[in-house]
Amino acid sequence: MDFNHQLYRRRRRANAVGLTLSMGAMVLGLAVLLWILGVLFSNGLAALDGNLFTQDTPAPGTEGGGLRNAIVGSLMMVGLTVLVATPVGILAGIYLCEYGDRSKTAELTRFVTDIMLSAPSIVLGLFVYAVAVATVGNFSGLAGSLALSLIAVPVVVRTTENMLRLVPGSLREAAFALGAPRWKVSLMVTLRAAKSGVITGLLLAVARISGETAPMLFTALNNQFFSTDMTRPMANLPVVIFQFAMSPYDNWIRLAWAGALLITLAVLLLNILARVFFREKASS
Amino acid sequence: MNLGTTMSSSSVPAHTGSASMESIARRQRLQDAVFHRITQFFSLLVLAALMGIIVSLFINAWPAFQRFGVQFIWHVEWDVVNEDFGAAIAIVGTLASAGIALLIAVPLSFGVALFLTETCPVWLRRPLGTAIELLAAVPSIIYGMFGLFVFAPLFADHLQVPLQTVLGGLPLVGFLFGGATNGIGILAAGIVLAFMILPFIAAVMRDVFEIVPPILRESAYGLGCTTWEVVRRVVLPYTHKGVIGGVMLGLGRALGETMAVTFVIGNANRMPTSLFSPGTSIASTLANEFGEAADFHLSTLFALGFLLFVITFVVLTLAKLLILRAEKAKGI
Repeated sequence: MDFNHQLYRRRRRANAVGLTLSMGAMVLGLAVLLWILGVLFSNGLAALDGNLFTQDTPAPGTEGGGLRNAIVGSLMMVGLTVLVATPVGILAGIYLCEYGDRSKTAELTRFVTDIMLSAPSIVLGLFVYAVAVATVGNFSGLAGSLALSLIAVPVVVRTTENMLRLVPGSLREAAFALGAPRWKVSLMVTLRAAKSGVITGLLLAVARISGETAPMLFTALNNQFFSTDMTRPMANLPVVIFQFAMSPYDNWIRLAWAGALLITLAVLLLNILARVFFREKASS
Repeated sequence: MNLGTTMSSSSVPAHTGSASMESIARRQRLQDAVFHRITQFFSLLVLAALMGIIVSLFINAWPAFQRFGVQFIWHVEWDVVNEDFGAAIAIVGTLASAGIALLIAVPLSFGVALFLTETCPVWLRRPLGTAIELLAAVPSIIYGMFGLFVFAPLFADHLQVPLQTVLGGLPLVGFLFGGATNGIGILAAGIVLAFMILPFIAAVMRDVFEIVPPILRESAYGLGCTTWEVVRRVVLPYTHKGVIGGVMLGLGRALGETMAVTFVIGNANRMPTSLFSPGTSIASTLANEFGEAADFHLSTLFALGFLLFVITFVVLTLAKLLILRAEKAKGI
């Protein structure tokens, strides 16, 4: 009896310790998130002013300056990536769900897509450098977009496929019974039914690529001046942040914080939007 | 197909009706075949991209592999001026920082997943889960900046100095805590990485914990198990494959991460001698040197990239297989 009592107490103690530690881990995780956001806001807001959007990145040693060229460059490259990745990703997703299904090619593609999802982005940058920069002879915004597309497409493929799978088979069968051809069923019935899920995937893909820095170093590089020519090197926020944060100039570091705040806000906003979209779908 | 229209147009003779129906069917079959091929083409494009990556990296790395052979992997030297290159320093830095990150992140992720699935009040589960997922969404360059400007100075004053005074004098392990305490180095990079991969691992663990059949949990509780015992003896053994898969996924991320590491690892091409000494990882060597590299130096960087890709490919493949198997087990 006495032994049982001791055992019981020991088990209770182990339980209390384990659960407390687990709660501690949760608190630590949240604290780090809040800490990072706090630092980002206090440093970023201090550097935020009107010039940020109207002036270009300053030359070394000059005062002031903004991030206009980098913001425009990033928007253009991300925009082009969305234009490329959306059709490619959605069509590949349709193939995996509607045609490939359990075939060997489809399984292999699915597997490769999953690997590409977490492949080091810097290696994708190296690849694009080899095929689209070294061959052409100069860094370019197009190469940057290509690298971003390699990151975005797998995200779109996988979410599209998963969302299409959630569409009930009876919906497809009903459309087939009405005599609709397969491509019409895929594009106008199942894809439409899965629309909000697919948009969620797109938003997440955009969020994922907006902060990508490593591949941009080898592809779009940077441009100190305002340029909308995508065949030339192009300024973009991540690389500007990287270069400015590592620099010895105070105003550069301030601009880096401002850029970091802009990117993080955009990414978090996209993530929250994606969640809202998805939840609306789930509830309807 | 289109039976309605054919039947209603009664003035049209029957045989032309079936002919037009046939032509519609033929057209649709053609459209279908085209659509099938188009979608297949795009999905094969993904496969081709992976092949292209491996092949093009290897071709560009070939001069380096040709000159150094397999030795390249364990040769301890990175001398740009004399063109004497080996990957050992970068590989050690990569493995050490990723290893430290795992040591910290795995128990923390387990705690987070345990809290979210077992102890957390139901109404808090969603917001807290979302908060952890947002931590995963923060771009890695932000972790890098945070590490360099905020974490490193605090780390130097409040962790490195005490650690060195307390543990630096110990035999056998003392050397690990030697060196300059400027906040930058392998350990700092590992810690920053840990918080970067924590949400990825925690998310996988939470998802696999949730697939444990309720009946198993309830039986264990019915026998009088405490929550800790249920998780430790029932949930964890049931989900261990998925958990390991999640850990490997985090490892894959940590190995290939560039920005979070480059800011805080110190970027020194020397073999690190302690946890505090600066080092370099494959990814940060690439990020730092690629801009100034030319010819042969460039080829060695491609060789590093190739090695990194192979390492992460193997890790990610293992992760994927383990998670797949864990998910299959759910069906039983």
